[in-house]
Amino acid sequence: MSLTHQDVQKVARLARLAMSETEIETARSQLSGIFDLIAEMQAVDTSGIAPMSHAQDLPQRLREDKVTEANQRELFQSLAPQIEAGLYLVPQVIE
Amino acid sequence: MLNSSLQQIGAALRARKISSVELTQLYLDRITALNPGLNAYITIHAETSLAQARAADAMLASGDAQPLTGIPVAQKDIFCAKGWRTTCGSKMLENFIAPYDAHVIEQFNHAGAVNLGKTNMDEFAMGSSNETSYFGAVKNPWAQNAVPGGSSGGAAAAVSARLCAAATGTDTGGSIRQPAALCGISGIKPTYGTVSRYGMIAFASSLDQAGPMARSAEDLAWMLNVMTGFDERDSTSLQRDKEDYTRDLSKPLAGLRIGLPKEFFAEGLAQDVASCVDAALTEYKKLGATIVEISLPNSQLAVPVYYVLAPAEASSNLSRFDGVRYGYRAPEYKDLADMYEKSRAQGFGAEVKRRIMIGTYVLSHGYYDAYYLQAQKIRRLIAQDFTDAFKQCDVIMGPTSPSTAFDFGAKSDDPVQMYLSDIYTIAVNLAGLPGMSIPAGFGANGRPIGLQIIGNYFAEAQMLNVAHQYQLAANWHTLMPKGM
Repeated sequence: MSLTHQDVQKVARLARLAMSETEIETARSQLSGIFDLIAEMQAVDTSGIAPMSHAQDLPQRLREDKVTEANQRELFQSLAPQIEAGLYLVPQVIE
Repeated sequence: MLNSSLQQIGAALRARKISSVELTQLYLDRITALNPGLNAYITIHAETSLAQARAADAMLASGDAQPLTGIPVAQKDIFCAKGWRTTCGSKMLENFIAPYDAHVIEQFNHAGAVNLGKTNMDEFAMGSSNETSYFGAVKNPWAQNAVPGGSSGGAAAAVSARLCAAATGTDTGGSIRQPAALCGISGIKPTYGTVSRYGMIAFASSLDQAGPMARSAEDLAWMLNVMTGFDERDSTSLQRDKEDYTRDLSKPLAGLRIGLPKEFFAEGLAQDVASCVDAALTEYKKLGATIVEISLPNSQLAVPVYYVLAPAEASSNLSRFDGVRYGYRAPEYKDLADMYEKSRAQGFGAEVKRRIMIGTYVLSHGYYDAYYLQAQKIRRLIAQDFTDAFKQCDVIMGPTSPSTAFDFGAKSDDPVQMYLSDIYTIAVNLAGLPGMSIPAGFGANGRPIGLQIIGNYFAEAQMLNVAHQYQLAANWHTLMPKGM
């Protein structure tokens, strides 16, 4: 399968990955090779087969609706690139 | 002490013939001497390890020691360990100090084991050669121009070079078994859901499973006793009674039916690997096993299916790395979107970005049915093949990897060739079955070869028995690389 330059550009944008024109071109040729490998799947007749999303066929466990975690705000915020007054700082998004 | 089993080391510790501090120092000294050449560890914290060893010595002195109390274990750098830098082999987490313990780490702490350090790995566990680590590739102790395998390559090299008593790994598509094979050690990926994923940095959540890596099957059983157990914080952790995985080690193998999938011995398997697997099977026949030819007709689809499902799950899991709450943030950006795009572009390496792109594409509008849904349907066919096969045999055997360890650079420019090095291991993850690799000899180039053993769901104790009986008859697992 051959991906176009625009296909790769679009995917990079959806994945929030900045890519230069050269990187897009390299990715285009490598991803095309990988999708050739993946294309082997297309010939298989899977009509009537239920998709398997997981190794276990179990329902989701439920727990009581109560607080189980202690507040560790300061510890967690110590890992952030930029904080101020207990808030995570990001570039302004609303003028 | 370096070649003693975990049980022997434990006995020596409990008899106070050696202290945990002395043992930990012995390994730390070996790491200082040998790790600069091998690069098996990313982070060493000698003071923390020695403090844990002192605590273990106190436990040993008071008589409440457990089997692994005082034993130095290396932890793959994918497990969060409170206060330890936990990088997952990525620049994205280069300075991330884990604020909590993974369930696996808690289990080792409760057992009184010593955390000897964090082992190197392919970035976010994506790779089969360790060449994708931001911290540089690990070298194979058997041949320093060869890869150790991946993604748990640091763990495999550390066990092989006797830079730890045992180690932990994780396996999403072969990441315990393939490096175990390439470094001449033993490793087991248990049934999906047996070991909690809490605090284990996620790659592909429906496939990721942690397991031990050690010198022998017997050691793996002791490690698995510590690692497994229900944990309510992992929604896929299984509620089962605690097992003693050592219970069946000494059972005789008479009457064991070994299934050989004909697809695992077809084109693409190196001759020296095939010969070693044959020789191991001959040994098993001497031990009383019979061989049954089986078929896993959809196994050739495992690699394509995996490279849809694993990247799809990864693209979702790795969306959390946005440069806001933790992890790398680009130094310069013009707005929020630019900050996300630059932080992720600079923080992730090439292979991780490639897989995020594949995953994003297959989940994007208009392609979901053709890729993701089709892959999930074939996943069921692959799992069904195993169910059918286990009606005719007790365990399945074959090669772990199609060749011995390859040289650095041999496959790093060709993702498809790299992906095909996991051709025999991936189907096991898709089905959620337990799989292991044990040393079975050496190739023409003197590099180790692994025998893969696949069991039915929850058959770990039986697989460890099957592996242990072989290791009583063959000595491959006792050999140590030269110069270590």
